[in-house]
Amino acid sequence: MKEQHKNTKAKKYGMVIDLDKCTGCGACMAACMAENNVPFKKDESNKLDSITWMRVYSLTNGKKFPEADICYIPRPCMHCEAHNGHAPCVSVCPATATDYNRNTGIVSQIYTRCFGCRYCMAACPYHARYFNWWDPVWPDGMEKYLSPNVSPRMRGVVEKCSFCFHRHQLAMNKAYVEGRRELEEDEYQTSCTQACPAGAIIFGDLNNPGHAVSQIAKPDHKHGGRPMNPHAFRLLERLGTNPKVYYLSSREWVRRAGDNYIKDEGKQGNH
Amino acid sequence: MSTLDDKAGETVEQVETTKSSEKEQKNREWGIILIFFVIGLVGSLAVGWLVFPKLLYSKKKQPVDFNHVVHVAAVEDGCESCHYFREDGSFSGVPKLAQCVGCHEEAQGENPEELKFVEEYVTKGNEVPWLVYSRQPDCVFFSHASHIKMGKLDCVTCHGHIGESTHSRVYEENRLTGYSRDIWGKNLAGLKKNTWDRMKMDDCAECHAELKAEGKTIETLPWPISWMPRPYEKPASSQVRVHIQKDACFVCHK
Repeated sequence: MKEQHKNTKAKKYGMVIDLDKCTGCGACMAACMAENNVPFKKDESNKLDSITWMRVYSLTNGKKFPEADICYIPRPCMHCEAHNGHAPCVSVCPATATDYNRNTGIVSQIYTRCFGCRYCMAACPYHARYFNWWDPVWPDGMEKYLSPNVSPRMRGVVEKCSFCFHRHQLAMNKAYVEGRRELEEDEYQTSCTQACPAGAIIFGDLNNPGHAVSQIAKPDHKHGGRPMNPHAFRLLERLGTNPKVYYLSSREWVRRAGDNYIKDEGKQGNH
Repeated sequence: MSTLDDKAGETVEQVETTKSSEKEQKNREWGIILIFFVIGLVGSLAVGWLVFPKLLYSKKKQPVDFNHVVHVAAVEDGCESCHYFREDGSFSGVPKLAQCVGCHEEAQGENPEELKFVEEYVTKGNEVPWLVYSRQPDCVFFSHASHIKMGKLDCVTCHGHIGESTHSRVYEENRLTGYSRDIWGKNLAGLKKNTWDRMKMDDCAECHAELKAEGKTIETLPWPISWMPRPYEKPASSQVRVHIQKDACFVCHK
């Protein structure tokens, strides 16, 4: 088993989101909430205390007609690798409730271990983490629709996108029963990927040159996973968080906004 | 002056007599304290070790008394005949009624438990509300596939010799947590003789962490399973080395 473990290459699951295709419909958000038993309240208008593992933001270029342009940008957890797995949230967690898995590249969140100090939320530059201010209350009968593969959270813990890790667990189960240790690309896909009607989200292993994500984003593993595709960029690239979610856009202002440029800053970026 | 001295002597004597009586009284007090301490200690131990567990765990009977021995003898594939893997890799766990109906459409014998099963569940089409001894909290992801198919572990390692039981044992439910007593373990002192005595996270971690050091196999572990061979257990050489890292929380959690 040990020998076989050595033979299985470490995965680095990641996502490519094509912002030119994204229509901002929010199907990914809805699919995510249903898939992951994400709690909601009667009044969700206060976005400071609502929970959305996947969140679609809208960007504008701030110009007037006819140059006005808008771009929708879905934001899951970036599953930062940073340097050697020291993701911002992982390194601050005093409870080891969140960790970086070197075999899958997924940043986990263990709800039963979290005690709700919210350091990780302060550390996360992407606002990808959410705090449960209340126990979830499901509308009558809806608890029967909850997924048994994802444990519901309780009041006082932090939660975030897990790249639908339970789907990986189930896919691995199937592979084990069939005597395999490797998954096919289509065996493990996140809920948002499958829900996107525009096909804007692509998911797969960035380490596997056969997977679409690595073909499109062309991550340069020697240089912190920077995309070699000139249209690809990552959010806040300069922070060195080495996120595993890549965005594609043919529009320069979007790419610049993704890296949070200030207005009068020089044009040169890293792409 | 002399009168004063005399008086002083008297008072000294008096003080001495009172001192000795005080000593006796103090000893007696200590004795009483000791007696009460012992009574209190024994009492609280008795409450904690005998009364509290009885209060904490409710005893429930399985809806139907199940005889594993008869069934294991009747089927060909051992445990996997009824507790099988589905095609999607999930584990079936406790069989559903549909599976039992395959043989028990009608009562096969005169056993009152079987008659009860057929009458109350098969003919009425109701699922049997089995009480699952090994039910884990919902934050736990346990992959039977990885342990049985890849790790080549035996059912016995975690579930004990349930296949040799002729009656369903009493299901003890923790009134506070709602989980089976099999999870926390029967031993009040927390001692563990067999791998199947407990099913807490520590018990999973024990196997995974002990084998973390490279080169260690399950044979070298100071566990009963390594020196208590069972006829239906696979040889120890087929047992696995389990590899785990600190970053593996998401392996068993969901």
